[in-house]
Order: sequence, then C-alpha cells, then structure tokens
Amino acid sequence: MSTEVTHSPQETWSPLFGRLTLDWIPYHEPILVGTFAGVAIGGLIVLALMTYFRLWAPLWKNWVVSIDHKKIGIMYMVLGFIMFVRGFADAIMMRLQQALAAGGSEGYLPPHHFDQVFTAHGVIMIFFVAMAFITGIMNFVMPTQIGARDVAFPFLNNFAFWMTVAGALLVNISLFIGEFARVGWLAFPPLSGAAYSTGPGMDYYLWALQIAGIGTTLSGVNLLVTIFKMRAPGMKLFDMPVFTWTALCTNVLIVAAFPVLTVSLALLLLDRYVGTHFFTNDLGGNAMMYVNLIWIWGHPEVYILILPIFGVFSEVVATFSGKPLFGYKTMVWATMAIMVLSFIVWLHHFFTMGSGAAVNTFFGITTMIIAVPTGVKIFNWLFTMYKGNVRFEVPMLWTTGFIVTFVIGGMTGVLLAIPPVDFQLHNSLFLIAHFHNVIIGGVVFGVYAAVTYWWPKAFGFKLDDRIGKASFWFWFVGFYLAFMPLYALGLMGVTRRMQSYMDQAWQIYFVIALIGALCIFTGILLAFFNFFYSTINRKKLACGSDPWNARTLEWATQSPPAYYNFPEDVHVRGKDEFWRMKQEGFKWSGNYSPIHMPKNTATGVVLGAMALVFGFAMVWYIWWLAIISFVLMIGTVIAHTFNYNRDYYIPVSEIAEIESKGTVA
Amino acid sequence: MRRTLLRPWKILFALAMTVALSGCRYEVLFPSGWVAAQERNLLVISTVIMLIVVIPVVVMAVYFPWKYRSSRQDKTDYDPEFTHSNKIEVVVWGVPILIVIALGIFTAIYTYRLDPYRPLDYAGLENKDTPIEVEAVSLDWKWLFIYPQYGVASVNELAIPVDHPINLRLSSSTVMNTFAVPALAGMVYSMPAMETKLHMIADKEGTFESRSGHYSGPGFSKMTFQTISMSEGDFKGWIQKAAASNAPLTRTSYLQLEKPTIAEPVHYYSSVEDNLFDRVVGLCVEPGKVCMSTMMMQDKQGGGGLAGIKNKPAYEYDDERAIDSFGNPINEGAEPTESHDQEELSSLEVQRGTHVN
Repeated sequence: MSTEVTHSPQETWSPLFGRLTLDWIPYHEPILVGTFAGVAIGGLIVLALMTYFRLWAPLWKNWVVSIDHKKIGIMYMVLGFIMFVRGFADAIMMRLQQALAAGGSEGYLPPHHFDQVFTAHGVIMIFFVAMAFITGIMNFVMPTQIGARDVAFPFLNNFAFWMTVAGALLVNISLFIGEFARVGWLAFPPLSGAAYSTGPGMDYYLWALQIAGIGTTLSGVNLLVTIFKMRAPGMKLFDMPVFTWTALCTNVLIVAAFPVLTVSLALLLLDRYVGTHFFTNDLGGNAMMYVNLIWIWGHPEVYILILPIFGVFSEVVATFSGKPLFGYKTMVWATMAIMVLSFIVWLHHFFTMGSGAAVNTFFGITTMIIAVPTGVKIFNWLFTMYKGNVRFEVPMLWTTGFIVTFVIGGMTGVLLAIPPVDFQLHNSLFLIAHFHNVIIGGVVFGVYAAVTYWWPKAFGFKLDDRIGKASFWFWFVGFYLAFMPLYALGLMGVTRRMQSYMDQAWQIYFVIALIGALCIFTGILLAFFNFFYSTINRKKLACGSDPWNARTLEWATQSPPAYYNFPEDVHVRGKDEFWRMKQEGFKWSGNYSPIHMPKNTATGVVLGAMALVFGFAMVWYIWWLAIISFVLMIGTVIAHTFNYNRDYYIPVSEIAEIESKGTVA
Repeated sequence: MRRTLLRPWKILFALAMTVALSGCRYEVLFPSGWVAAQERNLLVISTVIMLIVVIPVVVMAVYFPWKYRSSRQDKTDYDPEFTHSNKIEVVVWGVPILIVIALGIFTAIYTYRLDPYRPLDYAGLENKDTPIEVEAVSLDWKWLFIYPQYGVASVNELAIPVDHPINLRLSSSTVMNTFAVPALAGMVYSMPAMETKLHMIADKEGTFESRSGHYSGPGFSKMTFQTISMSEGDFKGWIQKAAASNAPLTRTSYLQLEKPTIAEPVHYYSSVEDNLFDRVVGLCVEPGKVCMSTMMMQDKQGGGGLAGIKNKPAYEYDDERAIDSFGNPINEGAEPTESHDQEELSSLEVQRGTHVN
C-alpha cells in the first residue's frame, strides 16, 4: 500500500512557480500513478499513430480550426464521451469503495481521496459530459433542422467549444498536479471557502467552471440567435421541429441561468482570492446567499439538460411510429411551461435549511406543477405510437426504456418535492437514486438514442443493430441493479457521500449496486465497440441520406452533409417539411447560385489554450503567468476583430460537383 | 450447461432473501417517533396517489409499441392522420392536474403540521407540558448536545426520555451539517452563525443510529451519534451520570472541544456555562469576538466605517479554524487575536455607528 500521507504540503510561495512545489505531485498515490502511466502510454500511442499516419495536418485543418457547426457538434460529442470515461471511472471507484468499507473497514480510498472522487464525478458528469452532449447534439442537428447553413456566429461556436475543452482539461490536470476539490459538486460555503478548503483543489473547481461557463453562455447566445434569425424562408416558429423548439427553450434557460452561476462562482472566487466576505462566517458573510444563488442556476440547469433530450425523443418517436408527433402544439406549450416554471422551484433543494412552512409549501407545490407539462409530454409520445407503425430500431428501444424509467424517476422526484417527506429523504441515497434515475433514464438514454439516430446523418453509415441492442439491455438492466438498491438504502436513512459506514446490513445493497455499475460498464464498452466495429464495416452498413424514413429537414441533406448543408435555399411551408417534400417527389432544381460561407480560424483554439494557461496560473498563484496570458488573450481578441478576411463564396461548379457525387451514394 | 444456467437465479434468490430479512432496518418506513410516522404516512399517501397515473403510463409504454409494432399481421388500425384529439388532450392535462391538486392539498396540510419550528401541538401528547430542551451543535466532526434544563452536556450521544417532546435548537461551529435521526424526525441543517429548530418525540425506547447528513469535510463519514430513547427513570440516571463526570463545559473547554477531531468517543460535561449556545450561534465563544447579533445592530446603525477597520480581527472567525486537506488545523496553537472586552467594544462601535448615520 501507499505510505500514509496525513498532511497537505506546506503552503509556500515563490515568484516563479507560485505555490506549486514538487510536493504537490501525488507520486505516493498508487492509483493516481497507475492512472497517469495509463494516460501517458495511451497518449503516446495515439501521438505515434497520428504521426505515422500523418493525421496532424488533417486534424488541425478539418477539425480544430473548423467553424462548421456539424464538426463542432461532433467534437462536443467526442469531448463528452472522453469525459464520460473519466466520470464513470470515478463512479466505479465510489461503488467499489462503498461495497467494501462496511463495519469498520476503511475500504481502499481514504476520505481525502474519496471526497475528491465524488466531487469530480458530479462536476464532470454535469458540466463536461451532459452539457457537452446536449450542446453537441444541438450544434449538429438544430441548424440543419431549420434549413440553415451554419449557426449565426460560426467563430463564436468554435471559441465556445475550445473554452469548454480548456475547462475540462483543467479538471483533468488536477488529477496529476495537486488535487481536486473535496466539497460536493455544488461547493457550498463555508466548506468551499478559503479557510476550510485550503490548497489548490477548490481553485481548480472554480477556474474550470468559470472558463467552461464562458463557453456555455456564448454557445447559448449563439444557438438562440441562430433559431431566431437563420430559419429557412417560410419556416414560422410553429413550423419548427420539436427538437428545435426544445433547443430554443434550453438556450433561453442557458442565457438566463448561466450568468447566475458565473456571478456566484465569481463572488466565491473573490472570497477566496482577495478576502471579501460574501459567503464566509467572518464579518457577517452568509453562506445561505450562495446556496440560493447556486440553486437559482442549478434547477434550471437540470431542465437545460433534459429539454433537448425531450426533443430527441419527440423526433425518434414520430419517425419510428410513422406518424407526425401527436399534439405538436401541446408539446411546444408544455416545453415553454417547463422553461418558465423551472425558475420558481429552486428552494426545493433546501427545504431542510430552516425555511418556514409557507415558503416550503409554495416551492413544494410549484415543483409538483412541473409534473403536469412533463406528464403531458409523456402521454403525447405514447399517443404518437398509438395507431402507429412502430419499428423497433435501437433509438426506439432507448425511447421505450426512457419512458418506463423516467416515469419512476418523476414519481420519486415529486416525493422529494413534498417538504415533510424531504425531511426524511433529503441528502439520502434515495435522492441520489432519484436524480440518477432521471439523468441516466432521461439524459443518458436520450443521448444514446440521439447518437444512434443521427449517426448515419453524420457519417453515412448506420451503427450495428445487434451490438446497439446488447448495449441497451446492459445499460437498462444495469441501471436498475445499480440504483434500486440505493432507493432501498435511502429508505433505511442512509445518507450520501459516506466514505465508510458501520452497519454491515447495508453492505449487500452496495454490492448489488456495484454489480449494476459493472453491468453499465459493459453497456458502455459495447457502445464504444459499436462505434469501432461499425466504422470498420462502414461499407456494409452504408445507407442513403434518409435511412429511417424521417420527417424533418436535416434528412434532406447528404449523409454526411456537404459543408454548406443545403445546395439551395429550402422554402418551408409547414411542419415536417421533409416528409412533404418526399410525398411530392422533391428534387433540387440544379440552378445553384454561389453560397456565402465563413472561413476557418485558429483564434478559437488559441484563446482556449491561453484560457487554460491563465486558469492554471491562477490556481497556483503564478501571477506573472496569469497576467501575461490574460493580456495575450485580450490582445488576441482585439486582433481578431481586425481580421476582415473571414468569408468567401463557394463557386457553383463546386456545388454541382459535390451534389452529383451525393446523388450517386 | 443447465447447472451454470441455474446459478444466477440462485444468487438472485439469495439476494432477495437477504433484502427481505433485513426489512426491519427500513427506519423511514417503520419509524419510532410521531414526526417520522407522519412523514412516512405522507410518503405512502403520495405514492399511492401517483401510482394512479404511473402504473397506466408504464403499461401503455410497453403495450402501445408492442400492439402497434410494424411486424403485426393486421395493419388496418394504422392511422397516420391521428395527431390530435380533444378528448385525449383533456385527459392528459386533466388527470395530472387533478393529481397535483390532491397532492398539493396533502402537502400544504402536512407541511404546516410538520413545520420543524412548530411545537408538537398536533401529536395529542400526554406529556406535552414538559418538553426537553436540547441545544445541538455540529463541530468538526462530532456533535455536542447541551441540556440547559439540567445543566449538563454530552458529545456524540443524544439521550432523550421516551414520550417526551424534544425541542431542539441547532447550530454549527464551522461549516454546514445536517442533524439526521431517520427513526424519529428526518433531518434539518445546522449552520454556522444561524439557528434552526426541530421538534421531535420518541414513541418507543431504543437506540437509533443518527448522523450528519450533509458532507462537511474529512471526518464527515464518522460524524455519527446514537439517539437513545429511554424511560424517565433511566433518563434521570443518565443526567446524573453526566453531572457526575466532573468536566465543566466552559467557554475555554468548548474551544478545546471545537478543535477538529475524527470519531470522538462519547463523553459528558457536568456543567455548562450560561448562554454558551447563544455565543456559539453568535460566533463569539472566543474572548474578544463580537457576537453576530451585536454586529447586526452595529451595521443597522451605520457600521464601523473606515475607523472601524482596526477592529476587524474582532469580527473574524474562519482563519483561526482553517484546516488543510486532511483536516489538520493549520494555525494550531495560534493565540486568539488581541482581545477587547466584548461589551466595551460593542458600545464603542455603536457610538461610531450613530456618527456615521
């Protein structure tokens, strides 16, 4: 075992390295050294292969500097899946620890490590997995659904992505240099304040989220403007596909809620860096202000995650039932109702913090009211299948699994919204089971449905059916095995975030949960294997531009879509425009005119890299580096505004050539 | 071959038996106090109400895709035009609304009845005139329980007489925790510089596992205590045992106790200095610190202004209690900051405050 470390390194500061010393490298932690070795070897192999196959230039030219919304969307998905591996590794470590550490046993993770693991798991899964996934799906699908050629601000899109990557990298650097926060994913002060979270962990947390938060807010503005300004001629708001509607509502929430997160984290940063007292115990600071602020962002955040996924299921159900969506208008109004209501329920996250009966009753009932529009949505999906022609392709399987699972999660959610019941279940494993029930059953199942559904559009071939089904069943069964025991434990009064516990009767439940997690692990491996296997067999799995007989405009493009998406302007006359086009035997006229397109730029990735350096310097108090990188960042932004060479026209001949190739495939 | 196929079922059966046999541990569902029993009743009522809609939805979610599968023989019922129906709209909006109204009524009634600040006037108690007052403080990482009526205190053990209402005042020394007793009342936060309340009662004698339910640092997992519900006689005996411990809880010994420790063993205090809990809430147990209530009064009158900056240490609390990543105090042995007399300082500040105004 490791040599027992029971003290943090001495706090010192030098002008050159700030407070970073060699003592902060965790070479005494065998788990971290092993991880580092794995990452290093894996990284070297990837680097070597890329060099051998001469992939650096194409990677840079076609992806890194690309402002194509489809490529940025795919890069968001790649980021999401990579961070998913990290977040899931944390999950498995926690499950194993809790399965072992019963009745006086300490397991294999001391609190110092375990507490970082649960904090990292929450932060990564929400900010860098779920957010990356939904931003990626919105980026890829939404512009093509509204007949646009790109988003409203293509450079901003690239910049926002690289800021998100910078935040993600900062979190991962904390694994090998220093430590991560030990505060829980929302970092309530005073625990997250300067006195009770000394060391760099909490600062990694804050700077990672601030940097990534800039990306998220900008991306929200961008997608919102895209929906309002870039729709194809004739497409009224009530002609938009439901996925675009949900993207609209989600981006309204992002634009309204993320500044609140930025401000509350900024105030906490001030408390930690310059000695203000917003949230400390000193000089009349009050931690309850932080709790209110962070949940005013935090509750809309869960709807930011789930609304686009509701949109995904709406598209999938309509396509595979061979019917237009049942109750389109109801669906839209339900989405907007959820969007508005999500801002008046935040206090249900802390009924137990001493608010009175009147306040608790108000927030309890507003929360329950959200169940009404959500229930309506579920009925609409069910009645879309009713009298339909349901094809059980893999996306449909995820959708059915979602409805069954999500309804259970919704029910336990309403239970938690009842203040007196919450006095028992708050902070218990029942709560943990509930939000994994809706986030896995909702967001994760939805992401798998979306990936399977739009994969052929992105790459021109389908994912393998059998492996996809196997992956679903491992996920589905694994979820119930992993989280039903946590519901049971919650009803025994077992609370969250315990590194060890005395009662051995709980252990069997944690062991079952571990088995469930391993089941999910198999599901994840199968999904990755499917990406690999299907890519190898892409000739055999190749499909046309409309493999599912779908209804919305993104399927009118080639698979993969040409970088300009549509060779001609689409004139939209109503909902499900592509379906109508197919009925009428639509063909492009062939009278192309030059298409106005934005040029690639490296400014986004350069700014992202500088933001990463800035964040790292601030975490370690390396002031000279922080100042230099910050000044360079501002300078680069100003210099970029003088770049007038940002657009060009695609000549007609090139469009004609690409389109003629597309019709052959 | 057959043998290996059977094995998983055997394991599942064994697991199911284990789960069933440990049923008596479901403290939320089989509680030992009136408050928790009311909470359980509400949990059951709400679940039943919601199942009215949840069960049909789950059935439909499985039945519809199967019934209308594309591989079915007779497709005469396929109707791609069926995208709207007023009747269905009324049902899908109406049923959830009715259910939420029903839930809302129960929620309002029970939330007011079980408001943690409200004495247990609903419970129909015989002993309701003699509530036991307990002041609970969450420290790094242990619990202190002060019994002002008896002038004793205990660490990591909460003794209560059965069938007596318990009036709890809660606060914390450095960070947030929750006081969690699932068998009796559930949980309420204890927070530094703030006071929360909880009322509870034990209907039977017994020992109930209790803990902090909100993550609070390196020692959190071992921040457990036992709530022991005992007969009146045993409780008197317990008080006497504590009173005989010959360890007074003064401001000095409180500051000693406050230092971070993990898994502190149970021990008792024979006497408690007056107003100690109020000083804990005011963050002014330490000599020379201004209490929160005084600070608020000063702020209301205009604050200390620029001239008050030199008194800043008297309003500071956190730095002396700073810990490293493993829970070790960083400023161990650091003497309390230069101290003014509390009363002298506050009168000084008030005067200056009125000037500013």
